[in-house]
Amino acid sequence: MSVTVLLFASYAEALGTSRLHMDISEGETVTSLLDRLRGRAGAQALPPQPLVAINEQYEGAARVLQPGDTVAVIPPVAGG
Amino acid sequence: MTPVSRLTRSPIDPQGLLAAVSGPANGAILLFLGVVRDVNDGRAVTGIEYSAYEEMATRELAAIAAQAGERFGTGAIAIEHRLGELTLEDASVGIAVAHPRRDGAYMASRWIIEELKRRVPIWKREHYADGTREWVDPTRAATQAAS
Repeated sequence: MSVTVLLFASYAEALGTSRLHMDISEGETVTSLLDRLRGRAGAQALPPQPLVAINEQYEGAARVLQPGDTVAVIPPVAGG
Repeated sequence: MTPVSRLTRSPIDPQGLLAAVSGPANGAILLFLGVVRDVNDGRAVTGIEYSAYEEMATRELAAIAAQAGERFGTGAIAIEHRLGELTLEDASVGIAVAHPRRDGAYMASRWIIEELKRRVPIWKREHYADGTREWVDPTRAATQAAS
């Protein structure tokens, strides 16, 4: 079981990638996935609670992940 | 009239936006352009590079346009946000709203730009006169003038 993780802008730059695949365990939450992401080089750029979208919808940190989800970690938005 | 919205890598076309919303039922047409300015937080800016989570940003823009239509009672809404490298005075965002009355047009336009800035996944990296570049974090800036 795995999910696709998308990183953008400053986060992509800090972690050196804009897309990666991560295995997930049954019942794994966004918080848990982010904690594991923090083990990667450059992940200190992530704030304690970054915005997250799953399958293009904003979701809370308690959301349980499903295999095949696309999890986007979203830096502070700055459109306009 | 159905709201329209899109991301674009071409220059924003104000006439196109106005044409998309004009019609005989509406007594007010309002065009808002957000434009790259030469100073931000006291630093001399020479340009801005915009990027987006394009699939989601396209959906969020469409949702904002549809929600504004329901909230303010007009389907005559056109929104464009530009991506890529912009220079001073280039428009980064264009919002056209037509409404039977001016109050509705002003309220809808204002609501749309604030929602866009709050939730559409678009990022900007400013280029400064001293050659440096920095991602803009509106949550960090003490004073962020509305563009």
